[in-house]
Amino acid sequence: MKLPALKFSKKPSEMNRRDFLRSGAALATVTIAPGVTLMAFGGKEASANADPGKRWGLLIDVNKCSKDCSACVSACSQENGWKLPENPETDAQWIRKVDLTDNATGREVSLVAMCQHCEEPPCVDVCPTGASFKRDDGIVLVDKHICIGCRYCMMACPYKARSFIHENIVDEQKTWAPRGKGTVESCTLCVHRVDAGGTPACVEACTATGNGAMIFGDLKDPESEISKALAKYPSTALRDDLGLNPGVRYQNL
Amino acid sequence: MKRLLALLLIVTGLASAPLHAGSDLWPNIPKATGKPHPEGNLFWRKNHMKLLVHDRDLTMRKGDRNIRASLKECIQCHAVKDEQGQAVGVDDPRHFCRACHDFAAVKVDCFMCHNSKPEESSQALLDRRLPDTNELAAYLKEAAQ
Repeated sequence: MKLPALKFSKKPSEMNRRDFLRSGAALATVTIAPGVTLMAFGGKEASANADPGKRWGLLIDVNKCSKDCSACVSACSQENGWKLPENPETDAQWIRKVDLTDNATGREVSLVAMCQHCEEPPCVDVCPTGASFKRDDGIVLVDKHICIGCRYCMMACPYKARSFIHENIVDEQKTWAPRGKGTVESCTLCVHRVDAGGTPACVEACTATGNGAMIFGDLKDPESEISKALAKYPSTALRDDLGLNPGVRYQNL
Repeated sequence: MKRLLALLLIVTGLASAPLHAGSDLWPNIPKATGKPHPEGNLFWRKNHMKLLVHDRDLTMRKGDRNIRASLKECIQCHAVKDEQGQAVGVDDPRHFCRACHDFAAVKVDCFMCHNSKPEESSQALLDRRLPDTNELAAYLKEAAQ
């Protein structure tokens, strides 16, 4: 008789009652109280969740954005693991340089355009699965777990801010920016950095070049650098007529 | 009855004795680094999918970064190294997730979007940052001229 073998036979079987209770208790700590886990894990942030009292935004000074500088675009590509586009028609573009000329006066300006993180995002309105959503702090994201790649959001976006991934990506993604074939993606306002109390990679790169054309901050905080600049100088939103109230605003456009 | 019981014991004994590493009747689960799960392996084997889905929604939708179950952390500790000491991807049958999922014939969708290899170490990240600053310095020099 092989008595010790009985122990092995228990291995693939169901949990016993005590195991089950223990697992239930463990689940409860995860599910019921994120605040408690925050304390247990020693989080740095005041709040574990996206704060509805904040609205993250960008202010881009077009006069300071140099025509031959694309530091923000390469920084974004490097940070989030998308390749700089070889074919702009189909390749991913989370952020792109746009050069404009006023036909009447001949004034040339250069700016960057990316997801404008609208207060009333049309991409969220049209999404049939709820994959396109706005976080409590105003950041508009795609939930790729439920994105079916229908691309309605790409058509709805007046800024052409979203891209569709046409080809397989294998083990090239950054852990903070998962990307996969058949889903839509766009600027995340570097949500992983913002949640850690940082600034987006594009803003960091822009500041490092010395141009300082981009300011990132909380639009709801009157004491933030961006709110002060917005209160002091005139600014505009792209396609302001649509009433989407984007979180990205432009100066001297 | 006693005979039947004894027979049953022998049969289960024989059947379950090889349910150990190296048997076709039990997946060969690679060893992990890091601290063991306080809830026990059995709990995680049974519930990992529920915990991962639950916490991924917390992080993505609510912005909660202090979660318990993240795919990134699974992969960090459970990475399997190949002969060259490099972590294997999910295309390799030795990959931790595949060890059981191949055995149970359950398809994993995670790696259609997620990286199946662990993140670069913090030292590698620091090294990766260095060329950036050089690049920027070169750019600044150029701009100054």
